[in-house]
Amino acid sequence: MKPHTIDLPLPAASQDTAPRKPRLLPLGLLLPLLAVAGLEFGVRSGLVLANLMPAPSEIASTLAWLTQNGLAGHLASSCLRVAAGFAFGASLALVLGAAVALNPRTERLLDPSFQALRAIPSLAWVPLLLLWFGIDETPKLILIAIGAFFPVYMGVVSGIRGVDRKLLEVGQLYRLSPLALARRVLLPAALPAVLTGLRNGLSLAWMFMVAAELIAASQGLGYLLSDGRESSRADIMLAAIVLLALLGKLSDTAMGALEARLLSWRDSYANRRTR
Amino acid sequence: MTALLELAVDEKRYGTRTVLRGFHLRLEAGEIVSLIGASGCGKSSLLSIAAGLDGQYRGSVRLRGAAIRGTHAEIGLIFQEPRLFPWLTVEQNIVFGAADAPDAGRVAALLEEVGLGGFGKSLPKQLSGGQAQRVAIARGLYTRPRVLLLDEPFSAVDAFTRMRLQDLLARVAAQYSLSVLLVTHDIDEALYLSDRIVLMDGVPGPARAEFEVNLERPRDRAVLATSTLKPAILESLHAVHAI
Repeated sequence: MKPHTIDLPLPAASQDTAPRKPRLLPLGLLLPLLAVAGLEFGVRSGLVLANLMPAPSEIASTLAWLTQNGLAGHLASSCLRVAAGFAFGASLALVLGAAVALNPRTERLLDPSFQALRAIPSLAWVPLLLLWFGIDETPKLILIAIGAFFPVYMGVVSGIRGVDRKLLEVGQLYRLSPLALARRVLLPAALPAVLTGLRNGLSLAWMFMVAAELIAASQGLGYLLSDGRESSRADIMLAAIVLLALLGKLSDTAMGALEARLLSWRDSYANRRTR
Repeated sequence: MTALLELAVDEKRYGTRTVLRGFHLRLEAGEIVSLIGASGCGKSSLLSIAAGLDGQYRGSVRLRGAAIRGTHAEIGLIFQEPRLFPWLTVEQNIVFGAADAPDAGRVAALLEEVGLGGFGKSLPKQLSGGQAQRVAIARGLYTRPRVLLLDEPFSAVDAFTRMRLQDLLARVAAQYSLSVLLVTHDIDEALYLSDRIVLMDGVPGPARAEFEVNLERPRDRAVLATSTLKPAILESLHAVHAI
């Protein structure tokens, strides 16, 4: 009898084992470098108006000048505001989100109000906050906290609600107390959504920091922006924008690294290379 | 004489649909009983009730004669899927149900027992389906239950792995003198493992039929294939479906 042969496409053996060089960084830098070079050329050749769009080299020298003239203070103010506002808003959101997701009664009590508040564009609070708290630090921190609150709150609530019933049943089988069930099953299972919420909350905190500082501040990157506008210094504004981009990217990368570290157990597309 | 575990479900309903009615089952110490029947005949509901995960029924679950409600340390359950916690290592998953400090020696012994020595520090995502189900079995055994309930535990693995897992279950049941209640839809599996096979109807009510399997252990699959019990069970099942 003739043996059966089946021709199946063999998986490419090299697919998983091929060494993967971390080439993402150079490739990702290609577009910004092209833009910088193009801009430099455009300004120098007179195609772009230098008073509206200064050349990258000029922005760089403005940055150098700023470092000698109080840049550290501006950076420190902005970073401290983001850190304090985010810490306040995010921790409140963690507690309230967990309370809402874990207890149906708290949910019926609180969630409708939060959903209604969430519908208000957060910047609409600015005039009211200024009226209530004046123009010192308090309204800025509150605004940043409001910005950070909702993404974190939504992440916690949806994360806990989405926990697999089958895993909860295992906890029930082993007679975990409600507290142990929350700590050992619900929270770890909800962690991916919680971390996504924290990451979104942090980027909104940066955004609201700029909004708060644009309106009333004497220190900070938002202040640099409005100062640049008042003195028609596009180079200062762009320097501030570059710094905001760097800080935002830096803090987001840190959050991403934390996420990767805490969620290395996930069997997901993003983790496919670490298997 | 009181049975080790005695299930008496007078009625179990989901809304207006009754899935179990007047169903009684006794499980003696060290006995392995299989429940077979088509899907949707209430087998899994019965197991949930026995495990104490489902309290919404009329009737009683008795352990050595004493009525219990809710889950019990002496009654373990192994699900159809491994249901491991993906953020815990294999070792941490195995000791998940223990109230006291983990016993590393016992974990290592159980891992050897289920053929996963050296996998203790692995994460569930690094395991195959069969390996994950072995970990689930080790977790089920770690808390030293007297009764082990299994809900189609090998239905999601390939035929070869299934046979090895069946051998594993037969071995540990004997070694720990466990009483086992196994829900399955696989007649060969039921014949290979059980002392008694209970056939459930599609209609809520008492068991349709019972078969004693008086065969020596360890059993030989080749011999079982020629057993006269299988045609009898099949005939009984066909009678159910003819209704």
